[in-house]
Amino acid sequence: MDQSLLSTVGDKLKTQFGNGIISSEMIADFPVFIVNRDVIDEVVKFLYHDETLAFQYLTTLAGLHYPDNKGHELGVMYQLHNLQKNHRIRLKVFFSIQDPVVPSITSTFSGANWMERQEFDFYGIIFKGHPNLKRILNVDDMNYHPMRKEYPLEDATREDKDDRMFGR
Amino acid sequence: MSKNDKNTKSELIEKEYSTLNLGPTHPATHGIFQNVLKMDGEIIMDAESTVGYIHRAFEKISERRPYYQITPLTDRLNYCSSPINNMGWHMTVEKLLGIDIPKRVQYLRVIIMELARIADHVICNSVIGVDTGAMTGFLYIFQMRERIYEIYEELCGARLTTNIGRIGGLERDFSEKAWAKLNKFLKDFPKELKEFENLLMRNRIFMDRTVGCGPISAERALNYSFAGPNLRAAGVDYDVRVMNPYSSYEDFDFIIPVGTNGDTYDRFMVRQQEMWESVSIINQAIEKIKREPAGVFHADVPDFFLPPKEEVYNNMEALIYHFKIVMGETEIPKGEVYHAVEGGNGELGFYLISDGGRSPYRLHFRRPCFIYYQAYAEMVKGAYLSDAILTMSSMNVIAGELDA
Amino acid sequence: MSKIEKSKIEVVSSPPGIEGPGFFATSIDKAVGMARANSLWPLPFATSCCGIEFMATMASTYDLGRFGAERLSFSPRQADLLMVMGTIAKKMGPVLRQVYEQMAEPRWVLAMGACASSGGIFDTYSVLQGIDRIIPVDVYIPGCPPRPEQVLDGIMQIQKLVETESIRRRDTPEYKQLLAKYNIE
Repeated sequence: MDQSLLSTVGDKLKTQFGNGIISSEMIADFPVFIVNRDVIDEVVKFLYHDETLAFQYLTTLAGLHYPDNKGHELGVMYQLHNLQKNHRIRLKVFFSIQDPVVPSITSTFSGANWMERQEFDFYGIIFKGHPNLKRILNVDDMNYHPMRKEYPLEDATREDKDDRMFGR
Repeated sequence: MSKNDKNTKSELIEKEYSTLNLGPTHPATHGIFQNVLKMDGEIIMDAESTVGYIHRAFEKISERRPYYQITPLTDRLNYCSSPINNMGWHMTVEKLLGIDIPKRVQYLRVIIMELARIADHVICNSVIGVDTGAMTGFLYIFQMRERIYEIYEELCGARLTTNIGRIGGLERDFSEKAWAKLNKFLKDFPKELKEFENLLMRNRIFMDRTVGCGPISAERALNYSFAGPNLRAAGVDYDVRVMNPYSSYEDFDFIIPVGTNGDTYDRFMVRQQEMWESVSIINQAIEKIKREPAGVFHADVPDFFLPPKEEVYNNMEALIYHFKIVMGETEIPKGEVYHAVEGGNGELGFYLISDGGRSPYRLHFRRPCFIYYQAYAEMVKGAYLSDAILTMSSMNVIAGELDA
Repeated sequence: MSKIEKSKIEVVSSPPGIEGPGFFATSIDKAVGMARANSLWPLPFATSCCGIEFMATMASTYDLGRFGAERLSFSPRQADLLMVMGTIAKKMGPVLRQVYEQMAEPRWVLAMGACASSGGIFDTYSVLQGIDRIIPVDVYIPGCPPRPEQVLDGIMQIQKLVETESIRRRDTPEYKQLLAKYNIE
């Protein structure tokens, strides 16, 4: 997980995808690539099937919400791992909150199924091509996406706690 | 009579499948999650899992709380081995802050984490025994878990949800009593574990029940992002302690037990062997600690580690540090880190984005239970109902980690 | 007989009554109360960390079987005491309610742990802030998780409630009012 990994992976991705890779940098010994959302599925497949890169383990994927980046409020972070060589990289895609659609990577990684459902539940990110995109952790009839920054942590219907006492 | 006969027979006759709800409350599901099973007689055709019955919104809570208040929250992830979660979180924050921990503290942390791993595997293995009908093993080995609880009590005051340690080290050194209890535990535990092993490991009935029950191949397990003993039982030797060593695990000498079939018996054996390895690691750590300067239990970071109370009341600097830490006035660097530890169930990861404020901007937990439980439907297809129960308990699904 | 006198095991003492050759007379509610209190069949509704402490209470060191609660019933229709252990999320609320309604009278409810009593440390949108919002509770055991000794104390308080309760509790107007408050018929 050093500079050479960033350049190896970065060069291969740039040759294959050109403008699809928006930027690449090292953040705290992780190569991080910001990718255009339309090509994320092909990028993941490329990284999976390439013989030298072989990122065949999906560690995790997480949703992100930056309400201040107009036009790029929502994002998804993917973390991939090559178990043989112990290389880890991170991919990020960003997109607008008005159009929260990303291609799903469940065709490559079966483990992404529930991870994407969780991010749909929390942020409202719609994964195109997901076999069963519905809420997983919250109640099914919840009508908002709670992890977005504009929603409070506490339950709106509680009547016994006084906010002045609890410092909120 | 093999399961294959029954399958071919049922294909010749038109049948309707019955639906069985292995509901959220069930004696065999250790934790609350629901499985709606489509059954053909006693054989499971399909399973649909519903989780979220104990969703407590950890990721949202952690955006509200300061860094040191998130530790009790991480306790409740995999509550059978909460010290590992605590240490993992502290190491993540230390990575963000760039704190170097002295060797002695790292070895003490290793001892605490391996004790927690033993505690977790004790529960899982004894519960596999209970689900096959062998209640004795559970009652015998749970006494050892009580001893581990007593050691935790000496260290931090709590039994189960420990909140052990601080960002920058431990809150107090191991006392004389703690060392005495630890040494007594290490003397007694191998005998008890051997007795537990003799009850189950080569027991004909246990082996008949568990061999071939709920298998998964290594390719499917990797595709489902399995980690931990479940993946090692399938044949892949991936252990975060070896691949990305943290807290000086590279100084220790231990093997990674690996299975072949990925079935329940392999999972039981992998966990059993890991307990033996943990005992060996703790013994090595105690030897290594003797060679380090005594009395060191935290890093020298007054910005993030609370000073002792006597100094706070007498010393101006200590008072200012105490005030700044508690009120959240210390400078936290902006950044993004990911740190993983080998929890009782596999790679427990913490993805932390900090924006310089008192609480994290985004904290995402990579929860191994949540990720590998997806494969349950695939693992029980074609199995009998009792095998489905055994598969569930051998995967060590902890509801707190499943839902967070 | 003398062996029991010499040993240190305490057995439940008989209620006050008139004893004679071949008979023992006491009032029915005392006898029934004693029988009920010392043979409770708990339903462990274990959801999270408190469930593990319950397992420790059931194990040999803090043996719950001494108090007569040895036989756990996982079917609500055969249980007396509903022990709710752990956080109840809003998704789980209807399930808990259904389990409570399936229990036959007499039934008691024990809320173990901070999460079951009041939502605990989880003041969030998805956690029910205390199970007494949906079912009536008899004894609350605070703690996160409570020590096994606290759990045993809670069980002993339930036993005291059970012993002194009237056997016609379900017909009293206060009880009917309590159930009506929760919309349980």
